[in-house]
Amino acid sequence: MSDNRNADTGETTTGHVWDDDLADYTNQPPRWWMIGLAASAIWVVVYFLMYPSIPIATSGTFTPGIGVPGTGQWTAVKEMEADMQAVNDARSKYENKLKDMTPAAILADKELSEYVARSGKVLFSDNCAGCHGQNGIGTIDKQGLFAPVLNDDDWLFGGTIEQIYESIANGRQAMMMAHKSSLSAPEIKTLAAAVAQGNPTSTPLFTEKGCVGCHGADGKGMQAMGAANLADKVWRFSGKPEDIEYTITHGVNDAGDKETRVAIMPNFTAAGKLSAVEMKKLAVYVFKFGGGKASDPAATTN
Amino acid sequence: MNDPLQKKEIEPGSLTGIYHEHAEWHVNSGEKTVHAKRMPGFFRTFKTFTESLWLFFFVGAYLRWNGKQAILLDINNRQFHFFNLTILPQDIWMLSLLLLLLAMVLFAVTSVASRVFCGYFCFQTAWTDLFTWIEEKVEGPPSKRHKLDAAPWSAEKIRLKTVKHTLWLLVSVLTGISFTIWFEDAFQYWRDLLSFNLSLLEWVVLIFFILTTYYFAGFMREQVCMWLCPYARIQGVMCDSQTILPAYDEKRGEPRGKLRKGETAGDAKLGDCIDCFQCVQVCPTGVDIRQGQQLGCITCGLCLDACDQVMDKIARPRGLIRYASLDELGGKPVKKLYQHPRTWVYVAILFLAFCGILYGLTHLGALTLRVAPERQPLFVRMSDGSIQNKYTFRVLNKTDKDFSVTVSAEGGVKDQIIVDGTVKQPVTHGKASTFTIFVRAKEENIKKEVTRIEFRVENTEDPSISAEYHTVFNGPKR
Repeated sequence: MSDNRNADTGETTTGHVWDDDLADYTNQPPRWWMIGLAASAIWVVVYFLMYPSIPIATSGTFTPGIGVPGTGQWTAVKEMEADMQAVNDARSKYENKLKDMTPAAILADKELSEYVARSGKVLFSDNCAGCHGQNGIGTIDKQGLFAPVLNDDDWLFGGTIEQIYESIANGRQAMMMAHKSSLSAPEIKTLAAAVAQGNPTSTPLFTEKGCVGCHGADGKGMQAMGAANLADKVWRFSGKPEDIEYTITHGVNDAGDKETRVAIMPNFTAAGKLSAVEMKKLAVYVFKFGGGKASDPAATTN
Repeated sequence: MNDPLQKKEIEPGSLTGIYHEHAEWHVNSGEKTVHAKRMPGFFRTFKTFTESLWLFFFVGAYLRWNGKQAILLDINNRQFHFFNLTILPQDIWMLSLLLLLLAMVLFAVTSVASRVFCGYFCFQTAWTDLFTWIEEKVEGPPSKRHKLDAAPWSAEKIRLKTVKHTLWLLVSVLTGISFTIWFEDAFQYWRDLLSFNLSLLEWVVLIFFILTTYYFAGFMREQVCMWLCPYARIQGVMCDSQTILPAYDEKRGEPRGKLRKGETAGDAKLGDCIDCFQCVQVCPTGVDIRQGQQLGCITCGLCLDACDQVMDKIARPRGLIRYASLDELGGKPVKKLYQHPRTWVYVAILFLAFCGILYGLTHLGALTLRVAPERQPLFVRMSDGSIQNKYTFRVLNKTDKDFSVTVSAEGGVKDQIIVDGTVKQPVTHGKASTFTIFVRAKEENIKKEVTRIEFRVENTEDPSISAEYHTVFNGPKR
């Protein structure tokens, strides 16, 4: 190598030559650069000792490391827990109040209901949107609406804040018999046509065949048992005559009919997924979609 | 280097010419302190006047208005108060127009009369002027100061220097304080300062301003203009042959030379310049104006005063150094002020920016309304068949009081109902308050899938405080 020299300056080159005369000098990198390199190498060792760095194959964790002077041992889990603590501390101001409040009282408090509506949005997406759709717009399957729209003012089991909370906490399940054996096909057709027009009482069959027992003499339903209002413009499943015929034929939640429509609101208390506070938040959130009904103290059953 | 004959040998504009000139050109890069002579005169008086406008910087923050600081740039709370006016960050677009306006004022003035800002108003010029004035009061005129600087240390020298630096530091401290109090309550700041209760940031800002003022105005002086300031360079390129600037009339002055006894100025052999160097001695940046327009010249006009005095003494007409354009000095026809298209462009932009600010200030409003229609679902069918839309209102209350608003609407669908429109919605001052409003309309009245609707919020106590926002009412497909 010592024979490789630049013809003009006499300095040593690496001996690799390109394009006839292009060569590299064997100069040292700058001093500051070498210091930086050495410092980086030392830092690697220090870092290795201070932080979790040796994976333990069986448990999927790392050796804890000796820790950072002043702050102790660092782990990602600890950092996450500290962050969570900070969030919970910020929330505790509201959360502590919510425990002892009724959903109606939360709704009446402007600041709290605003707070609840925000965390309610996340809870709703995680627990409710699967059936009720994002923002409560409902979901549709091939037989019509799978779960009710929560934005409108028509409620199967009542739209007061207490009733909504009750629906979430204890679930809801109504039942409509399958009428395929008790009604003839033309009768079903006639009834379906009347219901589709939003005027079920226009056919005498509505009274004669006992529909009024659940849906009421005026066809406006009965919230106590979750019987749908047939005289309004909101449909539980579908407003098409053939879909209404299907409902009358096979019923809803009728265990005796394999093709029955299924409409079950699960019991979230029993499922154990949500705390009472979370269910209160959801009740307020759903109420504020726009269909919530003012509570009538006398009519409140629960 | 002062020999004009030698200069003529260099071909103007040639590359070698530039190198030749560069070789013989000397610029003081701080190795010698400039001790400029102070001479009275028109421009000295004018400069003192314009610089003293900076007094407002020291006292303006103490102005009170309705029990509050009149001008308060409250960055902490993101509010900017100018007397009755409160500007929130939402209106900060006007700041960009203000900056544009100021830049265009600078450009326009510079294109007409060169570095007017540098010479008469720049804080570097003003503070340096103040510092050298203090220096002169303490240490005496330039000749004495040169001697004192060169003299060995003695009790007297220490005394003079101590007095001078103490005064300089005093001005610096006052400058630091005066800067800070534009950004927070002035009187509270003094209380905090005197009880040593400033926050870390406040200490850093204060000390930073003390040190920079002391160093820039006391030591760096003209070197700031030459090597630090970008505006010096920017303004230099904005001058052209039509721009008037303090210039030496070479034709009249050359060949320069001392007057001998018995000779009167104006004898054929010599020009009017008697090479007395008064113009150089009064120059605060230490340049020789007779070399022509140059980087160091801040066009402050002090050499005009000096030269006019000398011309008076030797009974020659004033104006050997005067405000003149290069066209005038070169004997070319002088164009009128308005025959300068570039200035007009600057003025036009300036005017537009001004109109923008004027529009902004007159349309600030006390309320700002934003309405976001719900996008999922776009609309909801209610049990009676009507169609309901949900809107999220954001109302920004820019006044200094809390109040409540009611909602009304124009346009939209016939016979629409604004649910709870008459309910009083509280809006907190200085903040954006949000609330939800539902609008319901009968389906048969909805003629289009998308109907325009204009919402209006109105202060319940003072209907003159209101805001409007255009948005849409969504209905089913037609």
